[in-house]
Amino acid sequence: MSGRMVADKTVKYILFISAFLSIVIVLAIAYFIFRESIQAWTEIGFSDILFNKVWRPGQDQYGILAMVVGSVAVTFGAIVLGVPLALGSAIFLGEIAPKWVQNILRPAVQLLAGIPSVVYGLFGMVVLVPIIRQIPVKGNSGYGLLAASIVLAVMILPTITSIAEDAIRAVPNSYRSGSLALGATRWQTITQVVLPSGRSGIIAAIILGVGRALGETMAMIMVIGNSVVFPKPLTANPLTLYLSQARTLTGNIAVEISYATGVHESALFATGVILFLLIIIVNASARWLINRQSSIQTTRQ
Amino acid sequence: MNTTKLETKNYNLFYGNFHALRDISMQIPEKKVTALIGPSGCGKSTFLRTFNRMNDLIAGVRTTGEVYIDNKDIFSIDPVALRQNVGMVFQKPNPFPKSIFDNVAYGPRVTGMRDHKKLEEIVESSLRSAALWNEVKDDLAKSGLALSGGQQQRLCIARALAVQPSVILMDEPAASLDPIATLKIEDLIHDLSQNYTIVIVTHNMQQAGRVSDYTAFFYTDDTRTGRLVEFDETNTIFTNPKDQRTEDYITGRFG
Repeated sequence: MSGRMVADKTVKYILFISAFLSIVIVLAIAYFIFRESIQAWTEIGFSDILFNKVWRPGQDQYGILAMVVGSVAVTFGAIVLGVPLALGSAIFLGEIAPKWVQNILRPAVQLLAGIPSVVYGLFGMVVLVPIIRQIPVKGNSGYGLLAASIVLAVMILPTITSIAEDAIRAVPNSYRSGSLALGATRWQTITQVVLPSGRSGIIAAIILGVGRALGETMAMIMVIGNSVVFPKPLTANPLTLYLSQARTLTGNIAVEISYATGVHESALFATGVILFLLIIIVNASARWLINRQSSIQTTRQ
Repeated sequence: MNTTKLETKNYNLFYGNFHALRDISMQIPEKKVTALIGPSGCGKSTFLRTFNRMNDLIAGVRTTGEVYIDNKDIFSIDPVALRQNVGMVFQKPNPFPKSIFDNVAYGPRVTGMRDHKKLEEIVESSLRSAALWNEVKDDLAKSGLALSGGQQQRLCIARALAVQPSVILMDEPAASLDPIATLKIEDLIHDLSQNYTIVIVTHNMQQAGRVSDYTAFFYTDDTRTGRLVEFDETNTIFTNPKDQRTEDYITGRFG
């Protein structure tokens, strides 16, 4: 066999091994987390872990519902604040901005992704928390879901912006000229042809943002307060929920793993399992949404 | 004598420093088919896009001279409004990734039509005019992208008709189609010319001869600047051209 044939075969095997290895690593991690959490599932029980609102390791109470709610609430807040901003930036970058503005703005947005999360946390603690503390509501410490949501919104901004922009750029120009030639305005062209055509990529961008938000740890620990309370509105106004302190699933693991032993340690792995499942659910629903959207023929409406 | 629908006077177009079209003066008659022919790069497509101001969207394009539609300066008309009056069909069929119905209803909808009953009427009549209704009437909810190339192009024509333009610009509308689909498009162009002013760019000499009433021959020399060499009734251009270059091109001696 000639040299280039050997090289061809060799490369094939190397690529196969790389792909195989990454799957094995993921499975090994999943296996490890599940194995370490078995003690918690058997000794505390599935429903107690999942549905008990109280997490008090000293009294053998290991309910993570408060943290699930904390993670979901902060992610929701970050999506509400961050997605419109990110999509706006993506549309601006992909459709509207002249070249020279793009050349400044795009690296700036990407730079946001390179800032370590502890710096975001620091910014939140030093700048955001004191501002939020000014809101005159009893029990408002400044630390809590609102500060965390804002920090998180900024953190997921670059991810969503750059992937959504790619999706928008991938829309063929012939769609744009087709729409404009029919007398549509630029804005109508964007909302009615470009964004629907880039839909699956845009959804994927948002889902990746959600994934990133659920997994964020350090910045959350720094601004969310970390008290293990079930997040509740501070007054009759439901919006004050976001002034409540909370703890995320990730924060729970990071804060306590250094001193946890026995069933407590296992319960933290159970927290990891729930986080893992949460992210799988998010990704699966994204995949389902994307497939469903592309298989449906648009209706007459 | 025909009424003039579109007119240019000493029209010049530049891409940056590049002089793409020089001194084009031409009167395009109403409700006739006018073919623009000439070798690649002679600027005929660019000239076509003048009439719906699609060139405005290209950075660095500058023009001088006058362009009129119904004796009105097109640069005084809002381009969005102009494009509702001057429809366009592109070289490659470009239906939106929407249903057939939504493709045709797109134009009326962006101009504010919400009445579903009326939209249904417009969609049907446009698809009929584009000779596509019988093939798709039971599949209006199907994606426009699921149609064959020729059907897609007729869908794009229907989509353009739905806005009720008076002019339709066609940029090599059959270039990517097979001979049978091409023939259908040509028949359609012929039928449409009773109600619409049609300007068509084509590379295909026989096609120009078959579908058009008037033919304009564009040519470019070494400077790559496009000029209008000759404009006359198609018959005259094909049988008795005045300019040697036209004759050489028509008879296939170059280009």
